[in-house]
Amino acid sequence: MKRKLQNITSKIWSCSAIVLILIIWQTASATGLVDPFMLPSPVQVVQVFIREFPTLMEHSLVTLAEAFIGLALGILLGFVMAVLMDQYEGLYKAFYPLIVLTQTVPTVAIAPLLVLWFGYEMTPKVILIVITTFFPIAVGLLNGFNSADKDSINLLRAMGAGRWQIFGYIKFPGALSEFFAGLRISASYAVVGAVISEWLGGFNGLGVYMTRVKKAFSFDKMFAVIFLISIISLLLMKGVDFLQKKCMPWERENGL
Amino acid sequence: MSVLKVEGVSKSFDSEKIIENISLELHEGELVSLLGVSGGGKTTLFNIIAGLSIPDEGDVWLDGEKVTGQAGTVSYMLQKDLLLPYRTILDNVALPLRVLGMKKKEARQIAVPYFAEFGLEGTEKKYPAQISGGMKQRAALLRTYLFSIKRGKKVALLDEPFSALDMLTKQAIHEWYLDVMEKIQLSTIFVTHDIDEAILLSDRIYLLTGKPGVITKEIVIKEPKPRRKDFHLTEEFLRYKRTILEHLSYDFVEKR
Repeated sequence: MKRKLQNITSKIWSCSAIVLILIIWQTASATGLVDPFMLPSPVQVVQVFIREFPTLMEHSLVTLAEAFIGLALGILLGFVMAVLMDQYEGLYKAFYPLIVLTQTVPTVAIAPLLVLWFGYEMTPKVILIVITTFFPIAVGLLNGFNSADKDSINLLRAMGAGRWQIFGYIKFPGALSEFFAGLRISASYAVVGAVISEWLGGFNGLGVYMTRVKKAFSFDKMFAVIFLISIISLLLMKGVDFLQKKCMPWERENGL
Repeated sequence: MSVLKVEGVSKSFDSEKIIENISLELHEGELVSLLGVSGGGKTTLFNIIAGLSIPDEGDVWLDGEKVTGQAGTVSYMLQKDLLLPYRTILDNVALPLRVLGMKKKEARQIAVPYFAEFGLEGTEKKYPAQISGGMKQRAALLRTYLFSIKRGKKVALLDEPFSALDMLTKQAIHEWYLDVMEKIQLSTIFVTHDIDEAILLSDRIYLLTGKPGVITKEIVIKEPKPRRKDFHLTEEFLRYKRTILEHLSYDFVEKR
């Protein structure tokens, strides 16, 4: 009960901060303090958002499809790599530095290359998303596997458990919270990755839409699409939280 | 008849001898304590009997079969309960049955009837974080027991299982333990540094002293089981305690 109350009060603070900023923004553009063409007021943005809604939905479906396919493949790749590197130390030593290296290459730098190689369709976008999303998953899982309790592993060994049983009963469930921490990051990377790769070429998607309205100097539409992208990211993160609660019921029970 | 036999076991780490020429025997349904100061090689011996480490010399026999360095033959329990936080108590105690290849439903069916016997009713669906330390140790013992009945070899190794509990909980769990042991037949090797606990629970006590650790004395506790509630307040109890203390403190002074 007390916890709930704290939750509500903390929400009151953050909500009022947002409202305050919106009020200042609205007055600034309504009074002509800033040019409404350069910085459209919140009300204007909402109006444009409603007017453009069908178009925005059409584009976001494409972006979301890319993000989901890329994320799914990224999770799969991250998972397989983490498991292999956990089970075979040689693979860990050989590939871990390489994996870290892939993350030092900026996304924006390889995106044009991917477009040149794979064209303007979905493939280069999905590849880019896979490259950016597998990393947090793989590193999170590996950390989780490595921090498995040695005594618990010995206990299972004494019961005669094999390495895959130890993996299934101890290592994997023990790494779930790290996995979800990685997934939360990867989910937001997936949307951003999709948008960035669409900037560099494509026929549909929120990134393509953004470059178009930018060329038309439609600042209000720019704001509408930024607004939409952050909503999508927020929803995805909420979705991950929900999934985590479903998959890890013991965490919720412990809170009681 | 002896169910477990340790013969002339020695073990060194980094050319430092930890235990030397240890021989002991465990008879059916008996509880034998291994009593000694901390760091005296009790846990080393324990790991050898559990098959987690291989002795430099000597062998371990279970039911007349040589099991030296072979894991998966006897079950053990530690000071840490090692219950997995993400499994319910029922699934935790049924874990050894699962490791030994039983289906989930079948394993649960076997485990459930023992909850009443072990005083664990009502905890089946709870997670470890939701029950008290004493209850967790009970669950850990039930898990150990289920392993031994599935293997058909009712031998258990207990390494200071109650030493993390506060004094009152410990007293209560001792009573509970003696009570449960009346109902089930479990031949037990009990490692402890608590003299009172050893006298209270054991049929026989081996004193492990010196560096490297050697068994220097064997004490038979003649008090019949089930034991009187006030056994720990009697003359006989004190006499046993005096003998042990004289022996151990001599060793302690020698060593420093």
